[in-house]
Amino acid sequence: MTVMATAEAETQVCTDPVIRNQWHAVADLDEIRRGELRTLLLGEPLRCWIDSGGAARAAAGPDREIEVRTDYGYLWATLGKPSGGVFDVPETREHDRRTLNALTVGIEVSAPRAVENFLDMAHFPYVHAGVLGEEPHTEVAEYRVEERDGELWAFDCLFYQPRAAAASSQAVLAEYVYRVPHPYSAMLYKSSPTDASRMDAIGIFIHPLTATRIRAHLFISVLDDVSADREIRRFQQGVIAQDKPILENQHPKLLPLDPRAETPIRADRSAIVYRRWLSRLGVTYGVIPAAEGVRT
Amino acid sequence: MITLYDWELSANCYKVRLLMSILGLDHHAVPVDFYPGWEHKSAEFAKINPLGHIPVIDDDGYVLRDSHAILVYLAARYDKSGRWYPVDDPEVLGETASWLLFAEGTTNTASAARLYVNLGYDFDIDAVRAGAHRLFGVLDEHLWFREREGLDWVTSSPHPTIADLALFPDVALSEEGGVSREDYPALRRWTDRFRQIDGFTVMPGIFAPSRAAPPG
Ligand SMILES: N[C@@H](CCC(=O)N[C@@H](CS)C(=O)NCC(=O)O)C(=O)O
Ligand SMILES: [Fe+2]
Repeated sequence: MTVMATAEAETQVCTDPVIRNQWHAVADLDEIRRGELRTLLLGEPLRCWIDSGGAARAAAGPDREIEVRTDYGYLWATLGKPSGGVFDVPETREHDRRTLNALTVGIEVSAPRAVENFLDMAHFPYVHAGVLGEEPHTEVAEYRVEERDGELWAFDCLFYQPRAAAASSQAVLAEYVYRVPHPYSAMLYKSSPTDASRMDAIGIFIHPLTATRIRAHLFISVLDDVSADREIRRFQQGVIAQDKPILENQHPKLLPLDPRAETPIRADRSAIVYRRWLSRLGVTYGVIPAAEGVRT
Repeated sequence: MITLYDWELSANCYKVRLLMSILGLDHHAVPVDFYPGWEHKSAEFAKINPLGHIPVIDDDGYVLRDSHAILVYLAARYDKSGRWYPVDDPEVLGETASWLLFAEGTTNTASAARLYVNLGYDFDIDAVRAGAHRLFGVLDEHLWFREREGLDWVTSSPHPTIADLALFPDVALSEEGGVSREDYPALRRWTDRFRQIDGFTVMPGIFAPSRAAPPG
């Protein structure tokens, strides 16, 4: 399979050390088990395959073998030197969960724009009408955003949802917790329709092809012993496919970090905090950095 | 009851859902885990369609594959108005067949570009995008002349046919494959008209007419 292969003119090779030193989710392991994948990572050609011993491997550029990890069903690769492993997803150790890749989908957008959209609840009643939201229930209640151990977390996010998950049978006031453990990946936890004491986990792990095009891997780990895999996938696929045209119509494609660049249409705390966090990390790829000296 | 073997993100399956919605037909959907499950390529699904593709319908034991064939069958059997597939009007019927073939072309180009971007299918992306533009150019010009004749749809009928319906999804989803409709104003007006049809329904990636997508 070839995903936006090297013949494409646009390359935008990444020189941003912060982003080069991350682990990036470049493939669903099942995808490379079916055959070699030729794609891009941060503007460089990337090849991923399973060798004769069954190990997943990757080579960047003309033919430079690079370090990989296999975590949570995905192949993670880096062009630099990450300081540790892939961020922890403790839910994957809870064996009563259903953990799977719901979809890998190409989107013509920068990674930070996709993460920002993932963190935003205000679009639910419009883009996911009848599923994740419904007019007139458009209000996003006040919520808390904190930085913890170098990750962003948002708590107490409440939203009225007609159909919160594949296993839902009625509308609920769903509670969300958001977690951003990686500049290009985010997770959310939401009240499980089948077990009130625990939360379903959904992640967006981004494979940045270039600064303005990505593949989004939609990770899910849910408490649902009723729905078939296909039903769990179907629900999440429907949701992300509704976001896709919205994301692809955002201009500029790079996320502006200057707080004056985009007047927020609504109070969008997590977005503001996320942009500020990217600035603080020193991320320059996939964004329009704030001018020198501007407080973000 | 009609059973539809269905994947929600498939434009070809959407064609069938769209016609059933317009005709007010109830159906039972059997979701096929097309991607990433590849269920349509399973041995089990081969019993339903040895070609390994969806949509397929099963109408009380009558099994039919291929979206355009299904449209022909459903309209001929269930459309009481007789307008979506006017079996008594040879000219409109001929034009309908011609535009259904044209729609196979948009599937092989515009829709292929969408599969390339979305799911990483192996296509010569420049070639399929160029092919889509060539077809969109032809369709745009055709619709522009139709408008001058006071007609709204691809055939010479004053009513839309299954040919309009077969063309709509690939056109409406083309931006996902990087095929812009900026240069095709008549084509854009036709998609706006199509969205106003009673019983129109959406799929992910296609929005309802009344509600413009909000920013963000
Ligand atoms: N001519 C068929 C083509 C259907 C088709 O290609 N369906 C796609 C999903 S949209 C599929 O099942 N592709 C799998 C394959 O052909 O390998 C139709 O119009 O129904
Ligand atoms: Fe969304």
